[in-house]
Amino acid sequence: MNLTLHVWRQTSRDDAGRFVTYKAEGISPDASFLEMLDVVNEGLNDRGEQPIHFEHDCREGICGSCGMMINGVAHGPLGGTATCQLHMRQFKDGDEIRIEPWRARVFPVIKDLIVDRSPLDRIIQAGGYVSVNTGSAVEANTLPIPKQIQETAMDAAECIQCGACVAQCPNGAAQLFTAAKVAHLGLLPQGQPERYERVVNMVETMDELFGTCSLFRECEAVCPKSIPVDFIARMNRDYLVAKFKRG
Amino acid sequence: MELNSKIPPGPVAEKWSWAKSHYKLINPSNKRKYDVIVVGAGLAGAAEAASMAELGYNVKCFVYHDSPRRAHSIAAQGGINAAKNYQNDGDSIYRLFYDTIKGGDYRAREGNVYRLAELSVNIIDQAVAQGVPFAREYGGQLENRSFGGVQVSRTFYARGQTGQQLLLGAFQALERQIAAGRVTMYNRYEMLELVVVDGHAKGIVTRNLINGRIESHAADAVVLATGGYANVFYLSTNAKASNATAIWRAHRRGAFFANPCYTQIHPTCIPQTGDYQSKLTLMSESLRNDGRIWVPKTQGDTRPPASIPESERDYYLERKYPSFGNLAPRDIASRAAKEVCDEGRGIGPSGRGVYLDFADAIKRLGRKTIEERYGNLFEMYHDITAEDPYETPMRIYPAPHYTMGGLWVDYNLMSNVPGLYVTGEANFSDHGANRLGASALMQGLADGYFITPVTIGDYLSTQFGKKVPNDRPEFKQAEQDVAARVDRLLSAKGTRSVDSYHRELGHIMWDYCGMTRTAEGLTRARGMIRDLREMYWRDVKILGAGEEPNQALEKAGRVADFFELAELMCVDALHRNESCGGHFRAEYQTPDGEALRDDANYAYVGAWEWKGDGADPVLHKEPLVYEEVQLATRSYK
Amino acid sequence: MSWIASFYRTALGKKAVMAVTGAFLAGWVLAHMAGNLKIFMGPEHLNEYAKWLRTMGAPAMPHSALLWIVRILMVVAVWLHIQAATQLTLQSREARPLAYTRRDNVVASYASRTMRWGGVIILLFILYHLLHLTFGVHVAPAQFVENDPYHNVVAGFQVWWVAAVYIIANLALGLHLWHGLRALFDSLGLNHPNFNVARRWFAVAFALVITIGNISMPVAVLLGILR
Ligand SMILES: Cc1cc2nc3c(=O)[nH]c(=O)nc-3n(C[C@H](O)[C@H](O)[C@H](O)COP(=O)(O)OP(=O)(O)OC[C@H]3O[C@@H](n4cnc5c(N)ncnc54)[C@H](O)[C@@H]3O)c2cc1C
Ligand code: HEM
Ligand code: HEM
Ligand code: SF4
Ligand code: F3S
Ligand code: FES
Repeated sequence: MNLTLHVWRQTSRDDAGRFVTYKAEGISPDASFLEMLDVVNEGLNDRGEQPIHFEHDCREGICGSCGMMINGVAHGPLGGTATCQLHMRQFKDGDEIRIEPWRARVFPVIKDLIVDRSPLDRIIQAGGYVSVNTGSAVEANTLPIPKQIQETAMDAAECIQCGACVAQCPNGAAQLFTAAKVAHLGLLPQGQPERYERVVNMVETMDELFGTCSLFRECEAVCPKSIPVDFIARMNRDYLVAKFKRG
Repeated sequence: MELNSKIPPGPVAEKWSWAKSHYKLINPSNKRKYDVIVVGAGLAGAAEAASMAELGYNVKCFVYHDSPRRAHSIAAQGGINAAKNYQNDGDSIYRLFYDTIKGGDYRAREGNVYRLAELSVNIIDQAVAQGVPFAREYGGQLENRSFGGVQVSRTFYARGQTGQQLLLGAFQALERQIAAGRVTMYNRYEMLELVVVDGHAKGIVTRNLINGRIESHAADAVVLATGGYANVFYLSTNAKASNATAIWRAHRRGAFFANPCYTQIHPTCIPQTGDYQSKLTLMSESLRNDGRIWVPKTQGDTRPPASIPESERDYYLERKYPSFGNLAPRDIASRAAKEVCDEGRGIGPSGRGVYLDFADAIKRLGRKTIEERYGNLFEMYHDITAEDPYETPMRIYPAPHYTMGGLWVDYNLMSNVPGLYVTGEANFSDHGANRLGASALMQGLADGYFITPVTIGDYLSTQFGKKVPNDRPEFKQAEQDVAARVDRLLSAKGTRSVDSYHRELGHIMWDYCGMTRTAEGLTRARGMIRDLREMYWRDVKILGAGEEPNQALEKAGRVADFFELAELMCVDALHRNESCGGHFRAEYQTPDGEALRDDANYAYVGAWEWKGDGADPVLHKEPLVYEEVQLATRSYK
Repeated sequence: MSWIASFYRTALGKKAVMAVTGAFLAGWVLAHMAGNLKIFMGPEHLNEYAKWLRTMGAPAMPHSALLWIVRILMVVAVWLHIQAATQLTLQSREARPLAYTRRDNVVASYASRTMRWGGVIILLFILYHLLHLTFGVHVAPAQFVENDPYHNVVAGFQVWWVAAVYIIANLALGLHLWHGLRALFDSLGLNHPNFNVARRWFAVAFALVITIGNISMPVAVLLGILR
């Protein structure tokens, strides 16, 4: 199939950036979206134009490296999938595709479609862990965990830190990402001792960097792991409780 | 040069505790005076960076990713082994040790493997304490599944994401230390040289992937946890960026490369569909627990699977290996698949594929159970192939997946270059000639959490006051070498892209150094690789500059190293006149096509020394002594 | 009380304030509507009610004391609600200074996307409404009669555009409540599979009741049912 791409090109952080139009010809519908870009890049390289830079690694929808706005939707039209798992059969021959990088104040563009998502790490550093040193763990089966709790914690733990929730949210909020980690650890017995400390610290860091939540639910819709917004309510509850507990 | 594996004295079960109680220690208040560089933050790297920081060492951690959490370990699906014997099915540390030795086709070190089995139980405890949400029974206890090559259920898993969940555990521990200021994290930094001062590893040279700046970093010890090199085949199940540059650069600086030819071809991957294809996707081996593998009995049978009657199907694994059936080890299962396809009984458009059929399992257990066990794998398969595995059998074919070979290390995971430690897939240590499923995560974490944090103290205690500044001539020299390489690549200004060369190299390796190898083919391949490399340096076309983010340039350096490594792999495969594990030489097989090992002449680790460009590498042998298990022909029949 | 400051500093704190004030305002609007609906029972009933508003709480409290308390609470609530709304809106604006050239909404409802402008419309309406029926300043040509709300309302609504203003404002209010009353629960963390469905219906029902109830009055006047 043949497509017309409008791709955001930006040589560096300081460059203004612009859209450039490319033709993608003879693309197999079985190719993944990134493989389609590979083909385009081969062509560009031959023509002496620098290939389109985009982040990717596992190409299995698990490392969270890939991600771009495809026709105005993070990770493209097929919900619940990362860009690398989006396949060209989702498009029609002759389609026009607009490709733009994630946009948020704290996600500056590094080059073309690559942005700096390190602020998400900062939220984890604020408390997204259980403080247990290597070697001090108890025998694993000494704390049984109800299957239901474990399953829900797992739903939250599936987050791949791709940043699509931020990218898609009209408010540029990182609520879903933060809430997922708060829920993952807050649900499990191991996470209890630091539960309220954690939520306050993570929320306050999130708040310095990102927007607010108006419950648009856009994040849930584009999340490659379909993490439910209910976790956001859970985070709000824990935060309120924590504030009243700690004063 | 004599290779000293430094295996502690005493019976195999006592060695590790001997080590722990005899190695020199560093007093807590002095630990912060030592700088340790950890390159890599996969399971191995993140675990050791965090654990060493917890001990009080000053850690600098480097990754080429934008965050430590992206390491290729994230992709591991199936699970991690541990000798917990929760299932009461007769598992034990000894059995895990034995299975691993046997699975590795008797080409691994007893001491290391036993320690690995011993530590496996602590890993699960540690991970659970970190909040890793392993699958559980209704009673709230941890659940297990069985994995290839063994007859007990000892594999722990978290949906199809065991790797991601374990890595998040280690990553979060690491982030905690970063926040505490004990680890300095260098994201988007690529290590391009190891710096050796007076015979000791004292630092690295890196390239900042955003602005191309080339910098030196000094330390009292360097740990490489940089993963495997299966991407030498271009198409593999590895993440696109996985590469051998870190270990190869170290190899060129004196570190021996052990058993490079031991590569694992994974039996259950989604077959290739076209040449635009950029990677092969693994379908977790756990699928073989419930899926049955078959091909039509007759050649060129193009009927859709549904309309091929039971009587005309060949469940070849169940036929050939009745006692292990579909759970035969990877090397065996992969070769069997290749055979039936070579016989012209392969299925799918390319004829390079076999069926993995869940019809019986769904009949037996119901769709819901299958969904619970493999739901997201089935989805992934559907996303990629647009076929529904609940309705029609999966199409699978072997693909390069894991590399048992790596830098040579002693029992303490230190290479022959003092102060250079190598952990995880990057070293050669525990899997011999073939790795059993769910044991790489185990090894990476054992290395990272429990081994290097202990053994490194023994070395560091000898380095007190031997710090070197990073402006020593050795560093400046290394910086110049890196800069020169970058310029050379950029100035080639040739005609073909880096990928096109990588793809071509991959074809050579797959055809001649893949699942079956011959002396004649390997010799031919070596020549082809040399020619291609020579052409590469003249003709590669890389646009853009070195002082900006430049993905083509990054790849170019890695591919250049793959060329040299590929050649060494052929040399190693050619010298090893036997078939063992992942290394199958067509000349050495039993009448019924099984691997023919030669313990009399090849029961050793082949560690290669770099002798300079163009010069032949020199082989050093570390004999493998078996005190605990008898060398026996591996049989899964 | 510094914890209140630190609590309000984060968006989550502000949202909680919005939720609480929003809930209060919603309750007030409901009561207000209930009272106003007496209009259908005839002048004396409504005027009676208006008088009661001022005497409620008596004799325990002085004349129209309770009314003033409610008025003050009302003003405070609207103020906090608006202040939080504005701060949240600004924080979100700053979070993405460089807008996308194209960003499609996948699921965001119309109601959720119009909260901000809806709010502004409501605010303007309240001001207009106060001038019209409380202070009787000549925003509507109809003559304003002190202490005869019935006359004031009916006379007002007989002017088609005055009625139109009310109808539009209440449609805006309906949308605002539809999303608002649902969001409110999440902002306060009141989320549980057992009543999440009920939550949604509550929000819809509440919004409908308010809108229909309030709109029924101008419509009735226009149709000449009330005169
Ligand atoms: C698809 C797939 C599924 C798998 N499933 C399983 C499984 O179910 N069970 C199991 O036991 N094993 C499994 N494996 C194998 C296992 O995942 C890997 O062997 C293991 O994760 C390797 O971990 P590592 O820490 O050694 O290296 P990696 O996780 O590969 O990490 C390498 C790190 O080094 C960094 N790095 C590398 N080079 C440089 C450089 N030059 N400069 C700076 N940084 C550098 C990278 O940024 C990265 O952080 C699977 C492998 C694959 C490909
Ligand atoms: C009687 C009048 C009003 C009622 C009953 C009301 C009710 C509500 C409720 C219940 C919410 C949900 C709060 C939450 O998300 O937790 C809300 C949100 C909101 N209100 Fe109001 N409100 C009223 C007036 C106003 C006014 C006058 C404004 C602004 C000028 C306003 C602006 C907003 C905004 C912007 C939100 C969304 C906040 C966010 O989600 O970020 N509202 N309102
Ligand atoms: C058709 C619908 C409505 C009618 C007929 C109506 C009628 C009235 C009347 C008659 C008064 C004066 C009461 C008095 O002074 O005794 C009044 C006051 C008021 N109304 Fe309404 N109203 C309507 C809708 C609304 C709405 C939707 C809001 C808010 C969003 C609102 C907010 C107010 C306020 C704040 C006052 C002043 C209350 C006070 O003096 O304490 N009204 N309304
Ligand atoms: S919550 Fe979903 S969208 Fe947001 S970072 Fe995690 S995986 Fe990506
Ligand atoms: S889209 Fe944004 S507004 Fe909230 S529900 Fe999701 S974060
Ligand atoms: S490339 Fe890893 S998630 Fe897409």
